[in-house]
Amino acid sequence: MKGRSAAVAALIFFAGYAALFIAPDESTMHEIQRVFYFHLASWMAMFTALSLAFVANVAWLVTRKPHWDWLGVSCVEVGVVSCTAGLITGVLWGRPAWGIWWTWDARLTTAFILWILYICYLLLRGLIEEPQRRASLSAIFGVFAFLDAPLVYASNRLWRTQHPAPVIFGGENSGLDPTMGKVLVVCIVAVMAMMVLVLIDRYRLERMRHDLDELRLSVDARGVASNTVLTKGLP
Amino acid sequence: MTTARAAAIVLTKELRMEFRARELLSTTVVFALVIVVLFSFAFDPTAGESRRYGPGLLWIAFLFAGSLMLNPSFAREQANQTLDALRMAPVSPFAILLGKMLANFIFMAVSEAILVPVFAVLYNISIGGIVGRLALVLALGTVGLVVAGTVFSAIAAHARMRELLLPLLLLPILAPLLIAAVEATASLFAEQPALDRAWLAFLAGFDIVFLTASWLLCDFLLEE
Amino acid sequence: MSSLSTPAPSRSGTTSASAIPSASLGISFDGVEKRFGSLLALRGVSLEILPGEFVALLGPNGAGKTTLLRIAALLVTPTKGSIAFRGLSRVLDGPTRRQTEIVYGDPKPSIGMVAHNTLLYDELTAAENLSFFAQLYDLDDISRRVARALESCGLASRAGSIVRTFSRGMRQRLAIARALLHDPRLLLLDEPAAGLDRQGLAWLGETLARLRDSGTTVVMSTHARNESLDLATRAVSLAGGRIESDSGSGGDPRPLLAALRSEA
Repeated sequence: MKGRSAAVAALIFFAGYAALFIAPDESTMHEIQRVFYFHLASWMAMFTALSLAFVANVAWLVTRKPHWDWLGVSCVEVGVVSCTAGLITGVLWGRPAWGIWWTWDARLTTAFILWILYICYLLLRGLIEEPQRRASLSAIFGVFAFLDAPLVYASNRLWRTQHPAPVIFGGENSGLDPTMGKVLVVCIVAVMAMMVLVLIDRYRLERMRHDLDELRLSVDARGVASNTVLTKGLP
Repeated sequence: MTTARAAAIVLTKELRMEFRARELLSTTVVFALVIVVLFSFAFDPTAGESRRYGPGLLWIAFLFAGSLMLNPSFAREQANQTLDALRMAPVSPFAILLGKMLANFIFMAVSEAILVPVFAVLYNISIGGIVGRLALVLALGTVGLVVAGTVFSAIAAHARMRELLLPLLLLPILAPLLIAAVEATASLFAEQPALDRAWLAFLAGFDIVFLTASWLLCDFLLEE
Repeated sequence: MSSLSTPAPSRSGTTSASAIPSASLGISFDGVEKRFGSLLALRGVSLEILPGEFVALLGPNGAGKTTLLRIAALLVTPTKGSIAFRGLSRVLDGPTRRQTEIVYGDPKPSIGMVAHNTLLYDELTAAENLSFFAQLYDLDDISRRVARALESCGLASRAGSIVRTFSRGMRQRLAIARALLHDPRLLLLDEPAAGLDRQGLAWLGETLARLRDSGTTVVMSTHARNESLDLATRAVSLAGGRIESDSGSGGDPRPLLAALRSEA
């Protein structure tokens, strides 16, 4: 595990170095444009994590195997963090680049709503004590949240056709310099690798909590035949 | 027993209970009115602004008041564990959910029927010629609100802080519904009222997606 | 993941035109385990309750009696293991009394439960509560059934009163009446004597005796002395989520019941 963390850390450092020094200077926005590499990487990480969360939610509801629940909550947490990173880097980039902190276009709106929805998912989990129910109900909410995303996107696009705003996000990938393209790929790989690492650790944490509960149960069984309710498991 | 008939039985029970207590409707209507009034104080809109922001205000008032009204839907069944009795009965879980959704739709519809004329008067918006079309927009929007709200009421009933949790879960999910409903209503409040088919189709699509998802997930929603 | 094995609807053996006057529902638990997070309520319970038995489910608080009953009522799905329902019908067909095995499709219409909570709507009247559930169970001649049920539990005079105005004993009586409304073949009772006054207890005893004689399977949990326990044909005691002792289907429940009496 140490080797893996070291490898990912090295990758991240390399990506950062690449973004700062290897990538060529962008003509209009200059230095601040370098945030873009991690910005896009964050979005990709978020999208992957939340899609995987959706799969985990559905799989849990269908199979009831606990590891799907562990995967679900891990993916959502990673997804929320990635989304936060994406939103912050977006704001940092947007202001110097286009003069505005924020705009309600389809992509940003969808990202923001998803961010809120999945924070609500985590809040919901915190408010339900019993693990089985917590898994079921949060999975159901997760499914609804994921289904909502395309609806948010579509509604925003439809709205924009009626209330057009100056188009500022002309495809970032259009006419990307080859070196920039390579740096972008490096950054995406680095961020995804970090995401996977965090995901695995978070999943393990959830599994350890479950194992601890099992352990307490078996100790309880061997002890006096009493059914004391052990509250909350791990702190 | 068919799902429709079981849902009708549950619906009748919900209506009877509300008719007895009369607390849901009155609080919903009053709360929505409070929001409308506060908006006036906060923004003091001119006539043109009223016309422009009116639809948004109307729907925000409905969503907020509605998300409070939807909470007792399943919270009420916790008092004496009557939900257990419903689950033991030979009716499908979807019938229980559908019956409650229909009841909530009726409550919201009645609230809206009271609120819209009041709103029209307060904001000097003439709704004479558009009543039918406005009713259609209101109906489609309310269906989405009620479907999502009833499902989330079932979710929140098992969590702590459920009165706060339900609006928290519901309002972000309904963001696309809000845009669609507001735009559709705005095009009706315009100088030349017109029914915006694109937004109506969107609302209908939203309703169908959520209704289908509820139907697919209802077993998991109610089980233990 | 457990599975509820409710066999497909079919009838083995033949029945004549004369309807089946009494049918009973039996239930068997096979290695049933239920956990709620870090609480293991039931640990591998295997038990077969034959149709027509009157089982007294004994054990201290927290032994798992309520969970077992709720699983039987199909309210809770076991974490491991399964339950199955089997029916038996006594066909009083001319000179021969034939036992016919009925295999139940959906056992829900045949199960009734009296739980810890009243399972009643406080804002509705007694009659409205009963009518509502009668409709859900798709019963016929509802108004007469409801009237008879209210009459039987002594609440006919309060038929039009809202349940919120009822005393604890009255609510419990109504809860029991509600459980019996659809003539269940399997009756599950979770400490039914709680809150009942002497009159109510007498009525409960009469009702249970009548049900036992008609062949209804009864599973009644209690942790204290209770006159109705005299009706039991079998005693099963739970402790720590497991079966501690069982007087068996053909056995004598009295020693176990006597042990209980001395505790209370």
